[in-house]
Amino acid sequence: MATVMKLVHRNALTSLMGQHCLSFSSAAAHRAAGVRAAQAFPGKVKIVEVGPRDGLQNEKTLVPTEAKIKLINMLSESGLSVIEATSFVSPKWVPQMADQVEVMKGISRKPGVTYQVLTPNLQGFQAAVKAGAPEVAIFGAASELFSKKNINCSVDESLQRFDEVMKAAKEAGVPVRGYVSCVIGCPYEGKVAPEKVAHVAKRLYSMGCYEISLGDTIGVGTPGSMTKMLEAVIKEVPVSALAVHCHDTYGQALANILVALQMGISVVDSSVAGLGGCPYAQGASGNVSTEDVVYMLHGLGIQTGVDLSKLMDAGAFICQTLNRKTSSKVAQAACKL
Amino acid sequence: MSFEKLGELFLKTKINYKKTITGHAYPEFVKIVEVGPRDGLQNEKEIVPTGVKIQLIDMLSGTGLSVIEATSFVSSKWVPQMADHTDVLRGIQKASNVQYPVLTPNLQGFQDAVAAGATEVAVFGSASETFSKKNINCSVDESMLRFEEVINAAKKRQIPVRGYVSCALGCPHEGHIEPSKVAEVAKRLYEMGCYEISLGDTIGIGTPGSMLKMLQRVMKDVPINALAVHCHDTYGQALPNILTALQMGVSVVDSAVAGLGGCPYAQGSSGNVSTEDVLYMLHGMGIETGVNIAKVIEAGSFICSALSRKTNSKVAQARSTACCDASL
Repeated sequence: MATVMKLVHRNALTSLMGQHCLSFSSAAAHRAAGVRAAQAFPGKVKIVEVGPRDGLQNEKTLVPTEAKIKLINMLSESGLSVIEATSFVSPKWVPQMADQVEVMKGISRKPGVTYQVLTPNLQGFQAAVKAGAPEVAIFGAASELFSKKNINCSVDESLQRFDEVMKAAKEAGVPVRGYVSCVIGCPYEGKVAPEKVAHVAKRLYSMGCYEISLGDTIGVGTPGSMTKMLEAVIKEVPVSALAVHCHDTYGQALANILVALQMGISVVDSSVAGLGGCPYAQGASGNVSTEDVVYMLHGLGIQTGVDLSKLMDAGAFICQTLNRKTSSKVAQAACKL
Repeated sequence: MSFEKLGELFLKTKINYKKTITGHAYPEFVKIVEVGPRDGLQNEKEIVPTGVKIQLIDMLSGTGLSVIEATSFVSSKWVPQMADHTDVLRGIQKASNVQYPVLTPNLQGFQDAVAAGATEVAVFGSASETFSKKNINCSVDESMLRFEEVINAAKKRQIPVRGYVSCALGCPHEGHIEPSKVAEVAKRLYEMGCYEISLGDTIGIGTPGSMLKMLQRVMKDVPINALAVHCHDTYGQALPNILTALQMGVSVVDSAVAGLGGCPYAQGSSGNVSTEDVLYMLHGMGIETGVNIAKVIEAGSFICSALSRKTNSKVAQARSTACCDASL
């Protein structure tokens, strides 16, 4: 059995996947379908690591500040270029993020890595800048009901709130990333119209967000609904400014990411160890695991800059801290030596 | 009716495809081959009582699935879980529009299967020499000779034979497997008379990149409508791998209810992809399968309860706990 397991040792994973490079075939020799499938992918994909914020925010156990800092430092060493570090939201609402200032001040900032933070309003933005945040993010919803239940105001009202943040960010020279939640389905409204998603994405982009992350908040999307939604959004926002934030609640995340890449998207959000369950389906998974995404991308010959082995180390660390099993299948398989 | 004609009946010779925004043409219909009762249960540690196996298969027969791999006529010394093969095959209520293939590793197994009423059988080859030796104690060539006996005997009785190629995207012993080797084994099985060849990512190590490369090579030697994919979800790659296969024109997918059957090469890891999760993806893409997902979830719930284990299907998990169901 020991020799059997040699294959799935972490270091071997990297070399094995290196052999699974995409080869481009001549149209004359192969079925047209095969050629189309082969030509569809970007050469590089940027991973936006949301584990320390979106992930931890949805974990029940409160994580000590030092552990959060260590997690972010380990992630910084894995080659990730964007890490969502914390959220400047009121600790009354999100106790997990109460140590936002200590985390921002405590992490070792690696050159070349952007440490993004959530800022739901102007006050949060000001606190974030004071704590040294180089980049912020704002969250809109494509569903009216979700907006009302989540942040107690309509979509339009939330965008007005964000206008203040955008103005302040422009003055301070701070880039802003925009998120749209419920891009496929809403736990309250059901199906969400692609045109609504496009409308909100366009507003955020016109307001000045450099990138719009489209979130399948409850993970109900499939390659069918994903392509329909992206088709509508790409009409309004350049594809180079779009990212996908897929949840794996129905196991569809990687398939959805694959079609998004085929539509020209080259930025993918994910969470180390798949941290962060789904608040709308008790016990079900939420964020897609960064390890599983990176495994797929590397297998396609797509560059990410990420060292999968170091990433898995970070995942193992946080799972140990949280006393929970990883949600990453790659981590699970590679650990069973 | 000739053996070949009979095989064709089991194949959709004309697959209709419809194009999408990405330029890919997906099949309009995908046949699901449900392997839970055999491949799934075979890789579960707990021995399942015969009555439970029969009930599982009967529940699956009512879901719209058209192919259910019922059992394996392998020596009970090697696979104790399948010791009740004859009782299972005789005990199930065979629905008229459902096929119940059984594994037959050799002529003896084939004869026992026929005596028990089998009307379709399957043989398992490997693209890896080492895997073949370790798994069935003979080389790939030797195994092909064994299967030839089975296929010839099946031809005489007009019993269709499905061929499997394991380690199509990697081997736990050899590591990387050349697509040309997979093609070679697939071609041999096809030319010997197997009506369909299921290409198995036995350790789930494949990605859309390796799946694409392997299928491109195999399709040179075996017609696309005779190919199926059998993806394991050990590294979470099964659904994107299946999606890639569909984009290449494959229209037959193997899966196991509740994702039964862990990976014997990675303790505690998952193995077979869940039928429920595959169906969710296909239906979401507007691809028809004829299968009622809710009924499959019920069957999955039944067998998980019997096995005292949680489902591996994310769809089943989400559906059972979602406070609000906005899913399809």
